[in-house]
Amino acid sequence: MRLSDLTEPGDGLTIAVLDYGIGNLRSAQKALQRLGATALLTADPASIEAADGVVLPGVGAFGACMDAMDATGLTEQSQLVAASGRPFLGICVGMQLMFDGSDETPGRSGLGLFSGTVRRLTGEVRIPQMQWNKLEVTAPEHPLMSELDGSWMYFVHSYGAEETDDTIAVTEYGGRVVAAVARDNVWATQFHPEKSADDGKRLLANWLEFVAASRLVAQA
Amino acid sequence: MEVIRVIPCLDVDNGRVVKGVNFVDIRDAGDPVELAARYDREGADELIFLDITASSDDRETTVAMAEAVAEKVFIPFTIGGGIRSVEDARRMLRAGADKVSVNSAAVKRPELVAEIAEEFGSQCCVVAIDVRAIDEHQADDEGSKAADQDGSPVIKSGFEVYVRGGRDATGIDAVEFAKKVVALGAGEILLTSMNRDGTRVGFDLPLTRAISDAVNVPVIASGGVGSVDDLAPGVLEGGASAVLAASIFHFGESTIADAKDALQKAGLTVRPA
Repeated sequence: MRLSDLTEPGDGLTIAVLDYGIGNLRSAQKALQRLGATALLTADPASIEAADGVVLPGVGAFGACMDAMDATGLTEQSQLVAASGRPFLGICVGMQLMFDGSDETPGRSGLGLFSGTVRRLTGEVRIPQMQWNKLEVTAPEHPLMSELDGSWMYFVHSYGAEETDDTIAVTEYGGRVVAAVARDNVWATQFHPEKSADDGKRLLANWLEFVAASRLVAQA
Repeated sequence: MEVIRVIPCLDVDNGRVVKGVNFVDIRDAGDPVELAARYDREGADELIFLDITASSDDRETTVAMAEAVAEKVFIPFTIGGGIRSVEDARRMLRAGADKVSVNSAAVKRPELVAEIAEEFGSQCCVVAIDVRAIDEHQADDEGSKAADQDGSPVIKSGFEVYVRGGRDATGIDAVEFAKKVVALGAGEILLTSMNRDGTRVGFDLPLTRAISDAVNVPVIASGGVGSVDDLAPGVLEGGASAVLAASIFHFGESTIADAKDALQKAGLTVRPA
């Protein structure tokens, strides 16, 4: 057996999955653990501060999620993580929370880590989009998207971000739909990599490689 | 683009898959976790577990099953059966299920749909509707409440909601009920034809079309699949977004890849198995 068979991209890394009392967080935790990482479901500031990387999941309505984030102190914690330069990954509504706001809950501010407003999906399609869809990578050099052009990911959403310079992948559902965004240390996906079988595993491995590299830089 | 989902359904009684499973290369065909992992590997798009456990005392077994499935399976899965409250839904979602499916409880108390949708979002709130077409069963079923005392029809669509595994008529119009639960927040409809369930003669296409035309959320067609050739009509003629089958997969007659090939040959888009 070679040494490479024994190592996983997440080995030795601690990931905080932000827990603000929403639905299924276990899948994100298990998917990260499968890649060798230690993944904690937590809202504790010290644990978040100590983590090498942080995941912001989200399901349900934008406003309800922001309210729960506020109530658990995670709105402030998320701003600190983004400013710290540590890798921060948003998933699904977690990605939407990273924008300025959403038509789903007008007047409610998001985290503002990406500029733009999340809009209701349009086109002659059923809403929500609840299916697998194929990625078109628009920023092939971005490390999150390494080897993922044409990959299949699982989407569940009724709202989507507007395409901007931060967009790194799109898909097609009644028109172009933003699938992933990235700016500096903050990366996010509209789809659920933790539910997207082997292609999703690949994406999380790409992110964990960034987490490992960032930790080396921080330690240097 | 619309990408059609292929969804195997597993009936689970007290933590064991029932309705017979016949795979040569599975050690324990009754183990829902092992079977789920196999379908994941074969390219299933989602899984649905229907808990048919009679006693609510045994629900802990289902929670443990959801936890075990979440360890091994990295595609979305739904748990239905016995979800009667927001707390029931929360336990399944916290255990690792992505969606819960409500059935009889939503007929009895439709507000449950709104409560689950408000708490966890529409995306994880599936409403399972069991339906009989009135003209197909009227003659031999005096239990139908399809007509009121004057004999005038109260079910305009001709499709009546049933509960308790298709045994009890409710007098509720399935098309009206589907519209109602979607307005309350259902994110998806799991539509089962009780006339066709177990018959292996194909989906009830007029029923599937009536429901999928009435709502804008995805509809999963269920009940009656006898071969992979029965799947595409559910989408092309019925308007469904996903197709569910049990026995053709469990008995090893067809693989997920066979199902996807059949859909693709009919001109539909699928995620490659």
